[in-house]
Amino acid sequence: MHIPDGYLYTKEHEWVKLDGGVAAVGITEFAQGELGDVVFVQLPEVGTKTLQGDSFGTIEAVKAVADLYSPITGEVVEVNTALADAPEVINREPYTGGWIVKIRPSKFDSEAANLLTPAAYKDLTSA
Amino acid sequence: MRYIPNTPDDRSAMLRDIGVSSLEELLEPIPAELRLNRPLAIADGKSEWDVRREVMELAALNQSAMNRACFMGAGSYDHYVPAAVDALGMRSEYVTAYTPYQPEVAQGTLQVIYEFQSMVCELYAMPAANASLYDCGTALSEAISMARAHTKRTRVVWSEAVNPAYRRVAETNNVALGIKFDCARCPDGSQSHEALSMLLGDDVAALVVQYPNFFGVVDDVRKLVARAHSNGTLVIFVTDPMAMGVLTPPGKLGADIVVGEGQPLGNYMSFGGPYLGLFAASNELIRLMPGRIVGVTKDVDGRRGYVLTLQTREQHIRRDKATSNICTNQGLLAARATFYMSMMGPTGLREIGEASARRTMYMMDKLRSVAGFSLPHRGPHFREFLMTVPGSAEEFVIYMAARGILAGVPLTRMGLSDDRGILVALTEKRSVAEIDAYVEHAATWLQGGAK
Repeated sequence: MHIPDGYLYTKEHEWVKLDGGVAAVGITEFAQGELGDVVFVQLPEVGTKTLQGDSFGTIEAVKAVADLYSPITGEVVEVNTALADAPEVINREPYTGGWIVKIRPSKFDSEAANLLTPAAYKDLTSA
Repeated sequence: MRYIPNTPDDRSAMLRDIGVSSLEELLEPIPAELRLNRPLAIADGKSEWDVRREVMELAALNQSAMNRACFMGAGSYDHYVPAAVDALGMRSEYVTAYTPYQPEVAQGTLQVIYEFQSMVCELYAMPAANASLYDCGTALSEAISMARAHTKRTRVVWSEAVNPAYRRVAETNNVALGIKFDCARCPDGSQSHEALSMLLGDDVAALVVQYPNFFGVVDDVRKLVARAHSNGTLVIFVTDPMAMGVLTPPGKLGADIVVGEGQPLGNYMSFGGPYLGLFAASNELIRLMPGRIVGVTKDVDGRRGYVLTLQTREQHIRRDKATSNICTNQGLLAARATFYMSMMGPTGLREIGEASARRTMYMMDKLRSVAGFSLPHRGPHFREFLMTVPGSAEEFVIYMAARGILAGVPLTRMGLSDDRGILVALTEKRSVAEIDAYVEHAATWLQGGAK
């Protein structure tokens, strides 16, 4: 199971990676494996405010739909529009090309304490 | 069905097993005032045949499209149903499997539904259709909640020329979503560009137009559609499938969602139901589409297979987050519509549409020559028109019924206040002789001094 360093994780199997004041968000390799073939991602609009732990969209596989929960509070500044035509990128590259939204966090420092380190997430998924 | 005898011994054995001492005790949970507390009004000691004859004599007192010249419409129409539709529609494979519970096992049922969806798409010139809804009213109500989900707006604009029964269903079903409805008056029977445009704005989720409208008038709605789209408002067409043989389909007029009543396609009027809701939408909206959709795929050996697709939005999987609470479809009636459309083909549908429209024009011309009746609406009509009588519409209808003619639907029965207005509908089944007889009796009613 690939759990890259430099990312933080949630119990709901999202990842978040801060880069230059903007945080990319996606789902983990574990999550894409559990879902199976992703066929659709319902993306929020740019400008949507997110709250840590609240749903901001849904991800649909052949036999299930899961909510996407925001790892952080902030504002959506970019969405991965390439997923509209190629949602399977999430299965192939969950941590890179399969990113879902970019959020400008409003209180990352205080909220980071609620997120999981790679080691903690590894414990969660291997339990 | 097998005849299963039900002797007093059988009954007491069943009651004993359930744990009650009498039938009365079994029925106790039903409030006493709702139960029949007297014997049936049929004399004792009659043979089965005597009872059957008595009931048949009572049934024969019903005035229906089967034994009268039916000019009633307002959403339910007396079109001819070919015998082959009944023969196929009675096959037990279709009758019992009204909804596929182990869907992929029921390949035949799924294929019929797939063909149905394809035909609805072709009829309306829309890219996607579902496996049907309960009737046109529920289809409209689902279309509105879908427009709300897509636009995140909560206002809907329509006019009095959208069937009032459909409007009531849509209003009732969408109350809890906080949707507000603005209705434009249409004194001349058309969905006026001016009146509706004034109500549009960038907070409107959907503009609903009926085409042909409730009064049978074929409005030119292209400017209205463009005006709605300029505000990001979706346009929902309520469209009679029988008109599609002769009119430009809504998909070519900019419709985002199309709903319709499928009863005229090979289904009987049946005193009001069950009916068949048609539902089609643009590709952009397909993931918000309510109900079930059958798709075609290939198995591992490359063979064609039909599957229920997009099930993940359905109520039995998404529960409170489902886009709709619809979790079934009108499988049997949709199958009958599929048989009907495949037998008629595009040419047949055009011929029926033309015949219905020609009879409408013929009857309107004849009525215009009778002083006293007025036909208040101008413009092209399809299969239905409004007639105003000099007196009570209800009394006129009763007078005509006594002469073997179901003259039309008084507007008051549809919840409208005009007690002199009657909607008159014509299908390919109405003969010139029936139309002439109608006009003659109507003229006699006038001479007899309409009240």
